Amino acid sequence: MSLTSTATKQQVVKEAEEKKTMVVDSKNAASLVSELRGTFSTGKTRSYEWRTTQIKNIIKLVEERESDIFEALRSDLSKPELESFVSEISMTKASCKTMLKELKHWMKPEPAKTKLTTFPSSAEIVSEPLGVVLVISAWNYPVLLSLDPVIGAIAAGNAVVLKPSEVAPATSSLLAKLLPEYVDKSAIRVVEGAVAETTALLEQRWDKILYTGNGKVGRIVMAAAAKHLTPVVLELGGKNPVVVDSNVNLKVAVRRIIAGKWGCNNGQACISPDYIITTKSFAPQLIDALKSTLEEFYGKDPLQSKDLSRIVNSSHFQRLAQLLDDDKVSGKIVHGGQRDEKRIKIAPTLLLDVPHNSLIMKEEIFGPLLLIITVDKVEDSFVIINSRSKPLAAYLFTNDKALEKKFVDSISAGGMLINDTCLHLAVHTLPFGGVGESGMGSYHGKFSFDTFSHKKAVLYRSFGGDASARYPPYTLKKQRVLRALLNGDIIGLILTLIGWPRK
Amino acid sequence: MVVGLEQSLEELRETFRLGKTRSASWRKSQMRGILKLLQEREDDIFTALNQDLGKHPVESYRDEVGVTIKSVNLALSSIEKWMASKKVEMPMIAYPTKGELVPEPLGLVLIFSSWNFPLVLALEPLIGAISAGNTVVLKPSEMAPSCSSFLAKYLPIYLDNKAVKVIEGGPMVGHQLLEHQWDKIFFTGSARVGRLIMAAAAKNLTPVTMELGGKCPAVVDTLASFEEQKVMVNRIVGGKWGPCNGQACIAIDYLLVEEKFAPVLIDLLRKTIKKFYGENTKESKSISKIVNRKQFERLSNLLQDPMVEASIVHGGSLDDDKLMIEPTILLNPPLESEIMTEEIFGPLLPIITVNNIQESVDFIKSRPKPLALYVFTTDETLKRLVIAETSSGSITFNDAIIQFACDTLPFGGIGLSGFGRYHGKFSFDNFSHEKAIMRRNFTDFGFRYPPWNDLKLQFIRAVYSLQYLKLILLLLGFKSGLRRR
Repeated sequence: MSLTSTATKQQVVKEAEEKKTMVVDSKNAASLVSELRGTFSTGKTRSYEWRTTQIKNIIKLVEERESDIFEALRSDLSKPELESFVSEISMTKASCKTMLKELKHWMKPEPAKTKLTTFPSSAEIVSEPLGVVLVISAWNYPVLLSLDPVIGAIAAGNAVVLKPSEVAPATSSLLAKLLPEYVDKSAIRVVEGAVAETTALLEQRWDKILYTGNGKVGRIVMAAAAKHLTPVVLELGGKNPVVVDSNVNLKVAVRRIIAGKWGCNNGQACISPDYIITTKSFAPQLIDALKSTLEEFYGKDPLQSKDLSRIVNSSHFQRLAQLLDDDKVSGKIVHGGQRDEKRIKIAPTLLLDVPHNSLIMKEEIFGPLLLIITVDKVEDSFVIINSRSKPLAAYLFTNDKALEKKFVDSISAGGMLINDTCLHLAVHTLPFGGVGESGMGSYHGKFSFDTFSHKKAVLYRSFGGDASARYPPYTLKKQRVLRALLNGDIIGLILTLIGWPRK
Repeated sequence: MVVGLEQSLEELRETFRLGKTRSASWRKSQMRGILKLLQEREDDIFTALNQDLGKHPVESYRDEVGVTIKSVNLALSSIEKWMASKKVEMPMIAYPTKGELVPEPLGLVLIFSSWNFPLVLALEPLIGAISAGNTVVLKPSEMAPSCSSFLAKYLPIYLDNKAVKVIEGGPMVGHQLLEHQWDKIFFTGSARVGRLIMAAAAKNLTPVTMELGGKCPAVVDTLASFEEQKVMVNRIVGGKWGPCNGQACIAIDYLLVEEKFAPVLIDLLRKTIKKFYGENTKESKSISKIVNRKQFERLSNLLQDPMVEASIVHGGSLDDDKLMIEPTILLNPPLESEIMTEEIFGPLLPIITVNNIQESVDFIKSRPKPLALYVFTTDETLKRLVIAETSSGSITFNDAIIQFACDTLPFGGIGLSGFGRYHGKFSFDNFSHEKAIMRRNFTDFGFRYPPWNDLKLQFIRAVYSLQYLKLILLLLGFKSGLRRR
């Protein structure tokens, strides 16, 4: 690279300065991890009291600092206050409360049955913390997607480092400021930063990494984890389909689709509906209902609505604008399409039957554009969904139980929701996580606890009941005893032991 | 290089797409196929295991055939139960809703098995993959060539060869396989190869299970009763030299014992070794050989270190021709020597003495987490201490190896001993995706939707804080007096 122009030189100098003030480099990332390992090895994070204290303090944080959080989310995403309250504050609190209610019970060893093969014995499965874990979170739900995994890691008794997304800078610095005020900073840390800091963190040995984001970075995270044989949870996304049958309560279905698409961070959510599949004959009715309900929710000029988040930054705005400006796509807009580059806003936009080879049909949209694909029969939608990589969520609106069954049986997705969208995320009794390209591993509720725990198998034996058949020198009789033992064949065992010859 | 690999994989993917492997009857028919294979070809299996590893038929039955039969039988009687979806309780907030978890197959999975238990470590994951409804490629280890070709020859005869294929070969073939897209990779072997596999899997975001090894310690408390000592030593000898002559990921690697008890223990070990394997162990048919020359040399190199050699208190003789190494006991070899830093994976048993048996907890904690930990004691306090303070894939009290046969316990490592778990239902889960399903009807409440106002916020607050009375009041229109807190 030539450094002749002054502009480039200045940039290099600026970058060098930034590096100096970088929050974390390889060296201090290493010392951070070893410090947390030190804390973990004292055993303090293992106690029930420590875990619940931290979780209670997180509740306190979101309650006492609710307005700061609203402010940060407004600054990062113009997120409407109510949306912030529902999907960030309340969900975080709900997650904490579930933990507080259930943790004692989850921490208990689970008894396991034992069989004749290992008689006499007893067994149990003990949940133990993994050690020091890394959580790398995303910018779209910067509070929930940071704190929810951290809550799981704490509940399981780990020390944890959180790296919030630099794409939501206000929330990132708020978390970096607030968490140390509320939780035990000898075991729970926030590291702010972008690629360089994340790279430095990923060079370290962790006991688990939970990453929320996209498949490209997910691959980098997993490849880095491979060097230390660290297990990973990858919470990715994908193009989530919504199949709409013609027999539905259209008003309710449309409201729920809109709430899940534009009401969740204006489509910038990993479980956001990406495309609708419906029949050719039903599409006009569906589009009309979507249009009128969108107007009811967000007014005649949605760019002015306070109830819609903006696009996170100009580069995402450009990405979405490019999707729309594709020659093959721009003529397919049936509703919306307005944008405001200065305020980085895009109105809820509907596109009908864009060509299958267009970019918008290939990439996850992650924004306020919703595709509508028409098919002859509603069942044809299954072929389309199955021809693509497995989504994080798949939605179906129908009153037809047979169609519902076929949908559940033939489509693979992280999770499925029938007759609604996005709500499954709020239910702690369901695991949240992807499959295939939409990720691996899951969390929420007990699944969070399990994700950050090691299930240690413990088998207790006494010194009685020793079958000499196990030991050399090996003979045919010993083989017969073993056959009976391993097959759980009590009669065979007795016959062999009393010397009855059997084939 | 495998010729026509692409077509084979396409055939497997097509089989999966057609949905054939999803039915319980197909899964069970394959289980019966494995059972039939084990019953009808038992002699061939014994021969192959004897050729590759010198395993005695009784050992082969105990550690390979019998254990697998047990697992197949469990799967046969449980597949329908495992496949059933599970109802999940829904919280009030989601009312009216039903929730369930539906296990579904992942697709096409790849299993790499290892040479030390070439049958069970190939079939046990295979049982899991098939019972979960997947199509499978199995790559057996080339280091146990007779068993590898046995599996390649007979599995296609006894199983549906459009859904299960065996691909033989070494590292080249392994690399070739890893270039393709899989829905899961299950690997049994060393951490070195494990890292390569995980890095390759990352390219396609493929989840992996890593069944690795590590130095599995046995803590040997000073037992007072002679009877108990006898049983204990039987189990230690059985747990060290029994499974493939120490070439097992869960074989005892070293003993931790109190200094004063060490002489008693060594004496008992010597006697028991003699009882089990005779005066000349190298002639014994009841003990496996070292798998190949490379491993033989690796093990003999461990003993070359003069400080290590000086610590031998029993055995130590090697037979180059037969690839046999005598059961060897070493007392306090230097902790920084390779025999104490690397997994031994062979018939050498170091004994490390401590002043007080409780010190062994710190010793174990200062090293990488082992796959298995064995503790011989009747002291309940020590038991609790070990469970709470140490971390390992499993802990077995007063026995060794036998946890492998216990289907109700997950088998798998932690830290450098691996991740992911299998056996019994855990195998089924390992090869399944648990799909979360939530079903709703069209009953609806308006407060979920914009345009937002303060009343809607009050509703939502009430819902989240489970204040049902307040919720009802709000629904009935009593909104005054319910100020935002």
